[in-house]
Formats: sequence, C-alpha cells, structure tokens
Amino acid sequence: MTMDPHNKEDQASDQGCQGSCGCGSGDGKVSRRSFLRVGAAALGGMAALTAALSPLRELDPDDLPSVEEFIQKHYKEMSGEQMQAALGRIEKDVQKRFGVTPEVADIKPLDGVEFVYALNLSRCIGCRKCVHACVAENNQSRSPEVQYIRVLEMPRGTTDLEQGDHHYDRPKVPSDHHYYMPVQCHQCASPPCVKVCPIEATWQESDGITVVDYDWCIGCRYCEAACPYWARRFNFAEPQIPKDKLNKKMSYLSNRPRHKGVIEKCHYCLQRTRQGQMPACLEVCPVGARKFGNVLDADSDVTQILKHKRVFVLKEDVGTLPRFFYYFDERYPRSQGGEA
Amino acid sequence: MSEYLRFLWRCGRISFVGDWRYYLWMTFLTVIALLGLNAYCKQFVEGLIVTGMTDQVSWGLYIANFTFLVGMAAAAVMLVIPVYVYRNHDLHNLVIFGELLAVASIIMCLMFVTVDLGRPDRFMHLFLRFNFPMSMLSWDGIVLNGYLLLNLHICGYLIYCAYRRRQPGKMFYIPVVFIAIFWAISIHTVTAFLYVGLGGRPFWNAAIIAPRFLASAFAAGPAFLILTLQIINKTTSYDVSKKGIMLLRSIVTVALIINQFLLLSEVFTEFYTGSAHAASAYYLFFGLHGYTGLVGWIWTAITLNTIAMILLMLPASRSMKFLNVACVFMIVGIWIEKGMGLIVPAFIPTPLGEILEYVPTINETLVCLGIWAFGLLLFTIMVRITIPVLAGRLTYDTEYHFESVVE
Repeated sequence: MTMDPHNKEDQASDQGCQGSCGCGSGDGKVSRRSFLRVGAAALGGMAALTAALSPLRELDPDDLPSVEEFIQKHYKEMSGEQMQAALGRIEKDVQKRFGVTPEVADIKPLDGVEFVYALNLSRCIGCRKCVHACVAENNQSRSPEVQYIRVLEMPRGTTDLEQGDHHYDRPKVPSDHHYYMPVQCHQCASPPCVKVCPIEATWQESDGITVVDYDWCIGCRYCEAACPYWARRFNFAEPQIPKDKLNKKMSYLSNRPRHKGVIEKCHYCLQRTRQGQMPACLEVCPVGARKFGNVLDADSDVTQILKHKRVFVLKEDVGTLPRFFYYFDERYPRSQGGEA
Repeated sequence: MSEYLRFLWRCGRISFVGDWRYYLWMTFLTVIALLGLNAYCKQFVEGLIVTGMTDQVSWGLYIANFTFLVGMAAAAVMLVIPVYVYRNHDLHNLVIFGELLAVASIIMCLMFVTVDLGRPDRFMHLFLRFNFPMSMLSWDGIVLNGYLLLNLHICGYLIYCAYRRRQPGKMFYIPVVFIAIFWAISIHTVTAFLYVGLGGRPFWNAAIIAPRFLASAFAAGPAFLILTLQIINKTTSYDVSKKGIMLLRSIVTVALIINQFLLLSEVFTEFYTGSAHAASAYYLFFGLHGYTGLVGWIWTAITLNTIAMILLMLPASRSMKFLNVACVFMIVGIWIEKGMGLIVPAFIPTPLGEILEYVPTINETLVCLGIWAFGLLLFTIMVRITIPVLAGRLTYDTEYHFESVVE
C-alpha cells in the first residue's frame, strides 16, 4: 500500500500560528494558557470519571472474592489439602453471611452407581410440594426465588409443552381435565450444557450427575441457552436466604450457598443420594409419583420401571439421552373417578 | 524504540487536537461513555438483576449488540478483497479505514461479552481451563481476539511505516492480510455456530443462520463505511474517491439482496411447513398468544431493508443523498434484524413453552450506549491519527503544530 500525500490543503494545520507568536504551539513547548486549559480539562475529566465510578462505593467488600477464592484452582485440579482449605473458607464465608456454622463436605460419587429418576405421570397431582422441598434442601435464593423444578399443567391428550400452563393457581389440585408434568434437570448422558461451557465449570460425574463448580463459573449463561429442558438457573442478584431456613448440611458441588453471577441447577440432591438417602423432592411427594435409584442395580425400583412400564423421555429428538424418565400406569387410577 | 515511543506520544497528543466539531463530537461521546461506565458500575454492584434479562430470556441487548458488531468487524474484508485480491485502485487508500473499523468493532464486541458476564472478575479462568475445541464460545474467543491482533498489526504496521516514511515490507503484512481475509469469514461463521449448534433452540438450529449472518454483515459493515468515508471527506483533507464509494455501493447492494433472499427462504421454511418448531418465528413476525413485543421491530427492520434495497437498485442512489438514506436504513434494519430479531426470539417461548417477554432496562441500555460511544471514540481517534500520517503531514521528521487548530 502506498501513501500518496493528498492534494487538498490541510486547513487545520495551516490556520495556526506556526509556533512563532509565543502562544506555545508546536512540539514540546507549553505556555501558561495552554497549561491551564489542559489542566482544567484533565481535572474535569477526572471529576467526571470519579462520578461515573461512584456506584462502586456501594460495593460490599464481602461481595468481592477473597484472595483464597481468587486463586482457588478448578475442582478437578485441587489436591486433598487444597480442597480442605476451600471447604474451610466456604464454612467461614457461610458463617459470615448467615451467622450459621455449616458442615461443608466434598461428597464424591460412588463406584458402580448411575442414578436415574422415574416420574409417574398417572400419579402426580401437581401439588408443587417437590418444588418447595427442593428449595429448602438446596439453599436456593428465596429472594429472588430460584426453583429447580417447574411443574406444567398439561391438557389431556397432548405432550406439546407449549400447551402447558406454568402458572396454574387452583384452590384444589388436581384438575380433572389435566395431568401434571414436573420438569427438572434430566442429567443427560450427552449434556449440551457441559459441551458449551467455555471453561469447564460444569461437567458430568461418574454417577451421571451434572454438577457446577460455583467458584469457577464466570456466568456467561451459555449453558442456560443450550439446555433443552430449561433446567438451569442464574443468580441475577445476590441470593438471600433467611438464617433459620438454611440447610446446614452442605456439599461443595451441590447445596452450599451460591453468590450472585453464577449458574446453578438440580443435582439429584447429591449431598443426600450419594449417602444413601433419597432426593428431597421424592421424600416429600404425597402420592409416590417419584422413583429414584441406581440403574446399574438390577433390583432397584427404577430398573424395574424401565423394564416394565410405558416409559418415555422428554424431547427424545434432541438426542441428549436424559436420565429422567416419565411413565404412565397401565390405567388412569384418578381420571375415571376424579378423586386423587 | 525511542522513535516508536515518540510516535505513540504524538499519536496521543494529536487525538486531543481538532476543530470545534471534533471537540463537540468527542465530548459528546465521552459523556455517553461515562454514563455507560456509571451504569455498568451499578450492574457490577447489584448483579445482572439491573438488566431486563431473566432465566427465561437469558441473553438480551448485550449479546444482540455483540452479534451485530461481529458483522461490522467483517466490513474490512469487503474492502480488503477488492484491493489485495483484485488489485482495485479506487479502494486502495480507503481500505485502512475498514481495518480500523474492524479493530473498533472487535473491541466493542469484547466489551459487550464482558458486561454480559455474571463474574467478570473470574475472567482469567478462560486461560486456566479452556474447553477447546468442544465449546463454540472458546472458538469465538480465539477467532475474535485473533482477528483483533491481525488487524492491529496491519493498521499499526502500515501507519508506522508511513510515519517513518518507509515503504512497508510486503513480507511483513501481505501474508497477514490474506490470513485476515479467511479469519474475517471465521469470526462470522464461529459466532453463527455459537447459536446454530444448540439443538434445544429450534429457532437457531438452522443451517441458514451462518450464511445469512455473512450476507447481512457484508451489507451493514460497508454501509457504515460509506457514511464514515463521506464524513472524512467533508471534515478532513483526505482524498476519498467517489469511485471507491460507488464500488462499496455495489458491494452493499449485492449483499443486501442476498440477505433479503435468505430471509425469504427462512420465512418460507418456517411458515409453509407450519411445524410446531415455528413458535419463535411466529412470536417474532406475528406475535404468539397475544405477546407481540418484537412484531413492530421486525417489520420496521424488513421495511427499512426493503426500502434500502430498492433505493440501492435504482440509479437514484448514485447521488450521495439517496445512498446515505439507504445506508442509514439498512444499518438500522440489520441492527434490529440481527440483534433483536435473531437473539431474543430464540428464548420465546422457553424450551418448556413458557412465554415471558424481554424488555431491556434503562441501565442496560445505558451500558450499551456507553460501549457504542466508547467504540466510536476509539474509531474517531484512530481515524484522527491515521489521516495526517498517511497524508504525510505527521511523520517522524516533521514538526506538527498540535495546538495550531485550537488557538
């Protein structure tokens, strides 16, 4: 590329004083007048910048990451000692935020276990008890409220989700003309959310549960866009949980309190299920619509259900291989009589 | 080295020098940029709750503007190809402005992505555990930053050579120019794949998105340059040939026609089949179950683009007045179409069929305006420096009267 000087006059530089009138133009020389002008402009600029930055005064120093958190390694790279230090830091953080001393552990997956959920659509009455039990167990923010389970009220005769009502509000459930379909994370065997995360802040564990390292997530929400089941939730504001509502039994990858700006999701209550308990949503279900267990164990409920019931998965066509199955009983026990 | 530092120092000084229009423009941009910074500080303290985004519509104006600007960045390649591949002389001394626009656009892109992050303080996690090649977002990080570096090198090298009155060594920039051509295509393709790759979002999960992306980018970017070049022509002594602008007009015309054709193909596929997958498209074009938030926007965009296309095809647009109208219309039209029209409807309805509309907040809008103002500020400064250097008035062996204009 050649740079030919152009013919038009440079009006700008010709109008000047050529540096000979003592006004201080030209390289290097600075007059008092120009000094004052530049000084005033610089001062004004600094003042405007300070004003622009002023909201930062509201920043709670506790909201900023501590040095330990800042240099903390990715979950998979931490040594045992480093994990212990991280758990200690989290305990202190919870103590400071909520005034409650928790027990935070790092509960690992068990060998020979692959968790699967099965939900009986013939039984579910849409009472949403699972939704609230989940919030209580997993220390979700109460304000703004974060819920992992969404229950859809579906008209009979369709599985088209767009016809479902997310915000049904009846004095009494179930309605005779609907069935109810709770949706939560399907713990896919081929999870698109894991694939898209640019920094491996979310991954699938050996027992099939997809987890999030809340200390690693940068909050880009690409996983939230990728999930076909709308199972992920983002902390748009700093989560608020009343002190007495906090569940003190916590695990690193599951229900420890989150900070603002990170993603969270259902993790099959791994702090319970990896220690032999059932998920909170299952325990609270009044009609026994929820079944959970190890699909590698031939005698487990879920294995029997997968073998003998009319089972289907949601959106099979997106190819994510969910570990969350829906099924119907052979007949509708409540549809004919109308009682629950 | 000391000569280079002096060059930088003089570049810094000249960016503060200009006539009253320049000062007015720069002050205006600075004020808007500071308002944006103020709004972002609020967001940093409160969290993304100060935006209109929700779990239902989890990406909004930020990602919409990001998407549009990736397109603008590619404008350069539409000048680079005629100049370096077909040896066109009319665009020869204009191509650098395309490259400068690319630099400013990419910087704006990176800023839009950063303000969208919930935890920008963890930015360095990108360097510590990078999900490459699985995540399209990691690809996007590479191609965007790579494109920025390539263009910085090309512009910086050529401008510095002109400053030193040296003939640029072809070895040092021609190969980079050719890499940048392919790279420009890649920033679009990868950004389109970011959305296209999501099987759970049928609105995006269509092969036509990437080609449409390229077509609209090749229309909006050069259109912006047509406007910029005329401003340069009016306010500086730099020689902008009319033939160059007319060549850009042809490029823009073809790109816009292709874009409109691809839009038609998309609309036909969505609506003629009438599949359930078209819910987002129904929401965008006609509204869904009484929710019509984007209908006015998209029809405005289609109208603007169609008027622009007709204007461009008529001989009337050989006159700058009509050409400028067409350019403004298509920039606005494509901004709506690629921003609001491409990002937001993919979230409505949600994968579970819920409809929650997205309305950006004032705070979020201010952040966007601030980034735009900052980008234009950068672009203006870069142009401000480039013109006297290329014209041979600001070189290492000339005295430049920095204060002469304002005295």
